[in-house]
Amino acid sequence: MKILVTVKRVIDYNVKARVKADNSDVDLANTKMALNPFCEIAVEEAIRLKESGAATEVVVVSIGPKACQEQIRTSLALGADRGIQIETDTMPESLNAAKLLAKVVEAEQPGLIIMGKQAIDSDNNQTGQMLAALLDMPQGTFASKVELIGEKVHVTREVDGGLQTIALNMPAIVTTDLRLNEPRYASLPNIMKAKRKPLVVQTPVDLGVEMKTHTQLVKVEAPTERQAGIKVNSIEELIEKLQNEAKVI
Amino acid sequence: MAILIIAEHDNAVLKAATLNTITAASQMGDECHLLVAGSSCSAVAEQGSKVAGVTKVLLADNTVYEYQLAENISKLVTELAPNYTHIVSAATTTGKNFMPRVAALLDVAQISDIIKVESENKFKRPIYAGNAIATVESLDNIKVITVRGTAFSAATTLDSNASIENLNIVHDAQMSQFISEEVAVSERPELTAAKVIISGGRGMGNGENFALLENVADKLGAAVGASRAAVDAGFVPNDMQVGQTGKIVAPDLYIAVGISGAIQHLAGMKDSKIIVAINKDEDAPIFQVADYGLVADLFEVLPELTDKL
Repeated sequence: MKILVTVKRVIDYNVKARVKADNSDVDLANTKMALNPFCEIAVEEAIRLKESGAATEVVVVSIGPKACQEQIRTSLALGADRGIQIETDTMPESLNAAKLLAKVVEAEQPGLIIMGKQAIDSDNNQTGQMLAALLDMPQGTFASKVELIGEKVHVTREVDGGLQTIALNMPAIVTTDLRLNEPRYASLPNIMKAKRKPLVVQTPVDLGVEMKTHTQLVKVEAPTERQAGIKVNSIEELIEKLQNEAKVI
Repeated sequence: MAILIIAEHDNAVLKAATLNTITAASQMGDECHLLVAGSSCSAVAEQGSKVAGVTKVLLADNTVYEYQLAENISKLVTELAPNYTHIVSAATTTGKNFMPRVAALLDVAQISDIIKVESENKFKRPIYAGNAIATVESLDNIKVITVRGTAFSAATTLDSNASIENLNIVHDAQMSQFISEEVAVSERPELTAAKVIISGGRGMGNGENFALLENVADKLGAAVGASRAAVDAGFVPNDMQVGQTGKIVAPDLYIAVGISGAIQHLAGMKDSKIIVAINKDEDAPIFQVADYGLVADLFEVLPELTDKL
């Protein structure tokens, strides 16, 4: 079975995003970029399935400008077999991303598609579900456990009340939650080897996808800043302030 | 044209998050229909019919909708969608699961986790873990939207009843099956609805020490939360996690104990009215957002706090 994994290049999760002075967007110039943490977990899960013998090949796909090849190479260094970059000038809306990925899925025919549950920049939590809808495939979102049992994939999902386990016919789409696994680090020899692994570049035109504009970003603002308050010296003082000043208890 | 709200429920009780969603939907237009899809869930439809702002309840009662599997429910909603300008649900794990599927089937965008309705087609939503607020305009005919519950007040309950219409639409995609669930049990208030929350982080040391927080919580009628570090260390179950990847809360009082205040955690709680931080590291970033900070060893001050309340 072939596994397809999608990865996104995003701002490093430790970096605090700054809004541009003209409120047009977030300023990403000279900002440290990295592999989206949820995508890293998706890559790790795919590699573990390959190591267990359940999968034969791991293909990694990323959409974006040339710079996202760096994140594909990172995934190859972690153990993926080959990469596909879908070249776009800017990051497409989720639905357009899903349409591009659907074409790749149709061409590659993977048995399982593993994606992160959300990107930490747009915080949309949409692409996996949209891709599943476009391909009419079942979905296992927010996965904390993935098991291949017979012809099906059993996915334990993190839901608001606790955990839920569902069985999906394959091919299926799984989106990862943080607790699914602990991603490994790439070793230097593997980073060197990754440079020689195949990476093909495609465009939306090659894939025959027309990118429609569904939303317009009107403005991006910094959130209202919270001011640091005061330090109290004792529990008595804290209780007194909460009762009399803040009046919350 | 009307607005379709998809109710969140467990086939017996309408979940509180739906009430906040109804408030948000009412700001997009006047006529709001509530879809209750589930199995043996007529009690939920009854509850929904009494909520202010709901003009009609649509009841799709069939075993195929029992666990609200995304594959089935998305097809039901998509079939109803052409009669509506907006399809709205709470940004809970259930809403996040099936709504993007609805949007893709309709070939429209989804606007996730909105915190403000600017107009019928303009919405505000946080991006980059809440470090920026985007105003987004939808250009689609049908707007698919999920709502951040803590950003809107809960709709009230009325004496009157909206009419309930039974739908006989059955979609069974037959590609996914429910196997089992493991529900975390708690006698305390639900995290996202609690007025007071006390949360513990890595500084708690282990799961047993969360009893110290529970003692305080019992005195305050509070819910107990946790940072991702505490969940990952196995101290407490993941449904207690507050943050970008867990639950988003905005209580009157949030007490962060042994939590450093990483971006990830702040994204989930920085809209709380009053934030209290108890931490022995006086440089912890949590103090930059806390209204009241106490630099102290939590193992000394928590029992003291319990005694004095």
